[in-house]
Amino acid sequence: MTMQAEPDLAALKLRHPAVFGPPTASRLAKPGIGLAALALLIFGLIDLDFSPQRIWSGLGQLGWFTLLMIPPDPGSSLPTYLKAMGETLSIALLGTTLAALLALPFSFLAARNIVPTQLIRFPVRRFLDTIRGIDVLIWALVWINVVGLGPFAGVLAIAVSDCGAFGKLFSEAIETADRKQVEGVRAAGGNKLHEIRFGLLPQVLPVIAGQVLYFIESNTRSATIIGIVGAGGIGLQLAEQIRVLEWQKVSFLILMILVAVAAIDFISTRLRFAIIGKRAVT
Amino acid sequence: MALAISLLPESQLAALNAAYRSAQARRRRRAALFVGVAVLALLLAAVGAEVDLTTFVEKFGNFFSYFDRIFRLDSGARVWTDPAEWFWGWRNWLKLLGETLLISYVGTLSGAMLALLLNFVAARNTAPRPWLMFVVRRFLEVCRTVPDIVFALVFVIAFGLGPMAGVLAIAIHSTGALAKQFAEIVENIDMKPVEGVRSTGAGWIACMRFAVLPQAIAGFASYTLLRFEINVRGASVMGFVGAGGIGQELVVAIRKFYYSDVSAILLLIIVTVFVIDISTGWIRSRLFGGERT
Repeated sequence: MTMQAEPDLAALKLRHPAVFGPPTASRLAKPGIGLAALALLIFGLIDLDFSPQRIWSGLGQLGWFTLLMIPPDPGSSLPTYLKAMGETLSIALLGTTLAALLALPFSFLAARNIVPTQLIRFPVRRFLDTIRGIDVLIWALVWINVVGLGPFAGVLAIAVSDCGAFGKLFSEAIETADRKQVEGVRAAGGNKLHEIRFGLLPQVLPVIAGQVLYFIESNTRSATIIGIVGAGGIGLQLAEQIRVLEWQKVSFLILMILVAVAAIDFISTRLRFAIIGKRAVT
Repeated sequence: MALAISLLPESQLAALNAAYRSAQARRRRRAALFVGVAVLALLLAAVGAEVDLTTFVEKFGNFFSYFDRIFRLDSGARVWTDPAEWFWGWRNWLKLLGETLLISYVGTLSGAMLALLLNFVAARNTAPRPWLMFVVRRFLEVCRTVPDIVFALVFVIAFGLGPMAGVLAIAIHSTGALAKQFAEIVENIDMKPVEGVRSTGAGWIACMRFAVLPQAIAGFASYTLLRFEINVRGASVMGFVGAGGIGQELVVAIRKFYYSDVSAILLLIIVTVFVIDISTGWIRSRLFGGERT
């Protein structure tokens, strides 16, 4: 065994000044950012009217509500709620499918390897971003103005707002697809459409299907809330029962939503595994 | 040099061909079944959601005329011809927009802090007690499955109208979502440092602080920033149920058909969301770009 030679500290310091004495600015940066974040948090709490007694009285109320929620009980409105739940699931399924169909052409236009020119890609991407920037509840309000109150407005709201998200995700899936298959099709004499159909789609479709199934689950959640503004589904019932303080019905409705989301999650995960295989997901 | 392709005798080939055809047919049948079920489900859904194509076709023009109308002032002129008139309420709107950002900031940060406390208990490899993990996981599931706006509806009644209900709703929802993502990061860490710290006789808290946190903190920060982005969008509609922010103004403008106000407020929201998206993306690349290179 050889002994470690005594390190020459002076020479090391000379060679790596940044390690031994980082500039004051970078040493102060972390606590500085932390302090600023904390200061903003405290300012926010004060500015947004947080006060200990408001929190205490509110928590007391919440505790009281929670007690009133037990046991969950639909009363005599179970058939209405089941119908509303069916409506919600319909909205989610239909909205997601429509969104995927709408997004497909946009996603090809936004993908770098399909449309090489920025001239088309850039506006398409900004357009998709704009759609995504508007919350689904706002879309629901807009569609209510167009097709009237009811679940159909909800379907359209989900379709439009998810079209933005899908467009982005699909175009990313298309961009990461392998070039080799496409080149193979071209080498065999295929034209641009053939390349997309036989070179790209087989690679992209499983990814797209996985994302669509995943979104059906998250849209079941979105579909429960758009009822709050009047676009159909179980959200309408939920908002109503919260406003009239029927807490047993509220807790029943929330349980129904939790169970439905869990069921959809289970089914869509199984389908996703069946389509893209276990390894691709995890 | 020509390669000789050895062809199988006809009898063996026939068997292989038949097997290939039957496999192909099975695949086709499965695909057809899948498509059939999907179409059936969609038809059922269409009935359930009261899809009425005739009204849709009739009213579809309204969609474009609606966007035409929201870009006109009361005088009938296009909005951009008179920006001062279009953004007449900009002082109030900017203040409410600031409130929206503050709601999402305070909500995200407090949710992240709670998630930081809970995720070590919810992660499979660091949970101190199995039953505690089970309880915390179920609690987090409820927090994340109930949409934030539903929490806001309840909190508005419990805590009174105003931004506080919005903050708490966002905080609870973020806790559920972030704690799950945090726990997934923790489940993927290297356990050797944890063993090292434990071998020095450290307790559970010290293990988490000195072995787990340093490995996971970058991922935590990244997910928190992403969540902030999502919450800005969420906070913009909190006002729909009376939980503060710009949503209140927007819903009034939409419901009362103040057309030019709708476009002005929507434009402000979209620009804000853009700016937040870009700046959090920039911060994340600044924070974590250095480590990758």
